[in-house]
Amino acid sequence: MELILAAAIGVLAASGVYLILRPRTFQVIIGLSLISYAVNLFILAMGRLRMDAAPILDGANANPADYVDPVPQALVLTAIVIGFAMTALFLVVLLAARGLTGNDHVDGKLD
Amino acid sequence: MPFLACILAYALQGRLSSGAVYVSGGVAALLFLITLLLFPQISAVGVLSHRIEWIPQLGLNLTLRMDGLAWLFCVLITLIGLLVVLYARYYMSPKDPVARFYALLLAFMGAMLGLVLSGNIIQLAVFWELTGLVSFLLIGYWYHRGDARDGARMALIVTGMGGLALFVAMLLIGHIVGSYELDDVLASGSTLVDSPLYPVTLILFLLAAFTKSAQFPFQFWLPNAMTAPTPVSAYLHSATMVKAGVFLLTRFWPVMSDSELWFAIVTYTGLATLIFGAAAALFQRDLKGLLAYSTISHLGLITTLLGMGTPLAAVAAIFHIANHATFKASLFMVVGIIDHETGTRDVRKLSGLRRFMPFTATFAIIACGAMAGVPLLNGFLSKEMFFTETAVFNPNAFVNLSLPIGATIAGMLSVAYSIKFVHGVFFGPPPTELDRVPHEPPALMRRPMELLVVVCLAVGIIPGITIGPFLASAVQSVLGADTPYYSLSVWHGFNWPLLMSLLAMLGGVVIYVPYYRRFRDVDGLPFLTRFRGQRIFERLLVNATNKWARSFIELFGTQRLQPQIFIVVLLALLAGVAAGWARMGNLPLPESFDPVLGLVWVLGGVSAIAAAQQARFHRLAAMILMGGAGLATCITFAWLSAPDLALTQLLAEIATTVLILLGLRWLPKRLPVPDDLTLRSRARRARDIGLAVLVGLGAALASYAVMTRGAPTGISEFFLANAYKQGGGTNVVNVMLVDFRGFDTMGEITVLGVVALTVFALLRRFRPAADSADRPEQQRLLDGSAEGQRLADDFLRIPALIMTWLFPVVIAIAIYMLLRGHDLPGGGFIAGIILSLAFILQYMANGTRWVEERLRVLPVLWIGWGLGLAMLTGLGAMALGAPFLTSAFAYAEIPLIGKIPLATALLFDLGVFALVVGATVLMLIALAHQSIRRPKPAGSAKPREREGLAKWN
Repeated sequence: MELILAAAIGVLAASGVYLILRPRTFQVIIGLSLISYAVNLFILAMGRLRMDAAPILDGANANPADYVDPVPQALVLTAIVIGFAMTALFLVVLLAARGLTGNDHVDGKLD
Repeated sequence: MPFLACILAYALQGRLSSGAVYVSGGVAALLFLITLLLFPQISAVGVLSHRIEWIPQLGLNLTLRMDGLAWLFCVLITLIGLLVVLYARYYMSPKDPVARFYALLLAFMGAMLGLVLSGNIIQLAVFWELTGLVSFLLIGYWYHRGDARDGARMALIVTGMGGLALFVAMLLIGHIVGSYELDDVLASGSTLVDSPLYPVTLILFLLAAFTKSAQFPFQFWLPNAMTAPTPVSAYLHSATMVKAGVFLLTRFWPVMSDSELWFAIVTYTGLATLIFGAAAALFQRDLKGLLAYSTISHLGLITTLLGMGTPLAAVAAIFHIANHATFKASLFMVVGIIDHETGTRDVRKLSGLRRFMPFTATFAIIACGAMAGVPLLNGFLSKEMFFTETAVFNPNAFVNLSLPIGATIAGMLSVAYSIKFVHGVFFGPPPTELDRVPHEPPALMRRPMELLVVVCLAVGIIPGITIGPFLASAVQSVLGADTPYYSLSVWHGFNWPLLMSLLAMLGGVVIYVPYYRRFRDVDGLPFLTRFRGQRIFERLLVNATNKWARSFIELFGTQRLQPQIFIVVLLALLAGVAAGWARMGNLPLPESFDPVLGLVWVLGGVSAIAAAQQARFHRLAAMILMGGAGLATCITFAWLSAPDLALTQLLAEIATTVLILLGLRWLPKRLPVPDDLTLRSRARRARDIGLAVLVGLGAALASYAVMTRGAPTGISEFFLANAYKQGGGTNVVNVMLVDFRGFDTMGEITVLGVVALTVFALLRRFRPAADSADRPEQQRLLDGSAEGQRLADDFLRIPALIMTWLFPVVIAIAIYMLLRGHDLPGGGFIAGIILSLAFILQYMANGTRWVEERLRVLPVLWIGWGLGLAMLTGLGAMALGAPFLTSAFAYAEIPLIGKIPLATALLFDLGVFALVVGATVLMLIALAHQSIRRPKPAGSAKPREREGLAKWN
């Protein structure tokens, strides 16, 4: 399980990094999304992987050993929402830049 | 304490207007009186101090400390300040912004007092910088004049550099001594000199003192600072600020001077400055320039004295500081008067003024006499002490000869330029080149100058009575128990010093006569005009700030984004490798392998790679593939016990996709081109792939290494144990978001709101690029034909109906998610996005126009209310005495629905919900609205119609 997740994080990060190094704005937006997947998974992995141990308390049972670490989850939840906001903002900046410069190169000019 | 008055001075400076003179004069007078009244205490107790703790752990306190030396300086600062204020009242033209002038003058007085009264060496450095700053503003007071701006800038850079050096030196001293308190530093004895850091400290320290006091080779800024109004020159650049450097030397003299290094640097720098300044002064045509170089020369004299390291020399130095301030300030005032009455300061144009302004001439002659060291004047006394010290036998033959000879030569030169001042201006035939007839200035303009000259006389004739006790107190504070016996009497009998004085007098006359005949019209030192410090400085400045900076940017910088990102990623990779390599250890083999998750990620991974490959030409495909990777992530969240994350990820994914879909239309068409890449771009792509693969490997290795290790016990257990007890919810993640880490969430929703508003604002001014301005091809194809119309009307009719009907259902689901969020997966974010998805469905079913006609949600209001509600919930907790965002909870029994948790956190979550709905819907309609706006390509000047959008403003 760990191996799969590690490989997944690696593939997502690699694809994302490759894309943010591309010259077109759309490639960068997709790249950023992929990187944020990788990062979110990585943060989640910091709490170690467990199945069937969602941090939903079962009545009075508050034994920490029965649940997965909730802290990374709270962090990732925040990160997902911020990532969404970032993508939206970047998309609009991209559109505005395209309208102003007439092209979709990250530097605003073709070379 | 003067501190309070100083605050008063600061406080008043904003409100100064026409009463500026009275206010600043009053403050100066008050400060002067307070200082005078403090003298009995000072002479009795020795040191007065007052401490205000600021960061005691770091040894940073606001300490005011007054001893004899500081007292002497306070008297100089306040008395001359008062006189200068009075003088400036007549000097300044009514056209100048006088209020600013007095405000700055007061600010300077405050800074200077703060400097001399500092009991903490860091504080001292701060006030030091402050004097430099205010001096910059005062020199540049006539900022419409280019030379004033240049002079001000040069003064600021030179003294600011010194200030920086001082700050480091003070930190070093604090480090060596172990305390930043001046008392501790002064009590540290020889600790400083014995420290291995002493040479560095000393050089930085001296750099500060020398730049401030215009010592060679930093003397060049002072003559250029003479572009300031004359009262400023009299105050800052003769009496007070330039004395800060020698004050510093005197202050730390007891703990730093006992070394060969000090002797060698300080004495000979002083001596070089002394002779250079005196020689340059002789060759000045501008009277202020003459005085400026003379000031440099006298500062050099004081520095030389401090360098010699004998207690008697220190006494002489302190004495000369006071004497020089009095006669030089009065001479500057004389020059100001002359300038004011005749309109010029050029010696060649002036002559014979004795007949037009007899009183001014008399007093000026006396002051010049003091400057030259004529007996019965104060300058004579301290100069005599100086000669005495230089004549003391020294075993080193070079020192033994160079000091007295240098001193005598400098003495001759100073006599010569004093004669030049007096003879050139006041004697000879009446001036012919003036455009008006000079006359005596108003009596009150003369008074300050006259008072200072009277002080010169009084000190010169009866030193024991007039300055004796004050000097004794100042000397005591520096030298402590080592205070030597010294005599202030005028006549010491016939001895070496007297001979040197006589020699200097005669020599001065001898030098002046040939000079007057031959070099009268020369401006600047004859041999040194080509090596002007000013020009070197200017060139250095231009090079350092412009040429070098530009070539540096060309060498290392780029405006292009891709190389920047490449470098950032590369650095991050290197940092990660550097940090992680050694700690990697042996990686254990995987224990379990989950084939289903493996399959999910085979798909996810392929999607990600394919997305990377397709993003260039097939945007839609790339987006769908990215969605595949996102779904894999989502499934993983669900798999690994994170239901909240899975839900949020899924919903955010949908919303993102819809937004990007709406935006895709405005991007340029890009058709796949045959692969005719140049070698260069091929190489670049290969390089990027290489970096990406490395980063991926690194990330995979790092996460694998972490995951296969035991988890450290962090703060998680606390949350698990207390979520129900204190937060009143069983969904720990949600409880953390709305309760334990509520503040975090608060910031986050604020960001979301700001982003939505930014999106909205950006799109209001949106202009599509020319080639996407037309309606899309697919839509145009349908235009006109009956077939096309029918197609458009019936497009997705049945799904549309279902989607419309789904609207209330989705709303119900959203509310359900919101309410159960505290105990089960759900919550404000999830509910908010679900509700906005309901709107998206309507857009898809019925089109933008249909929705906009019926939309009753005002997104901006929702954002506002949501944020307000969240904030109020937090504040409500504060009103009840609990910290911000503490929640209370209870369960409520609602008929038909059953028991639901009612925590105040629910209110907070409601705020989150409202904000998320508002933000998402706002972004959505802002983007969607673009498609029905009659598009105008970029560059058309006509303002766009905004009928539809006005509704949401």
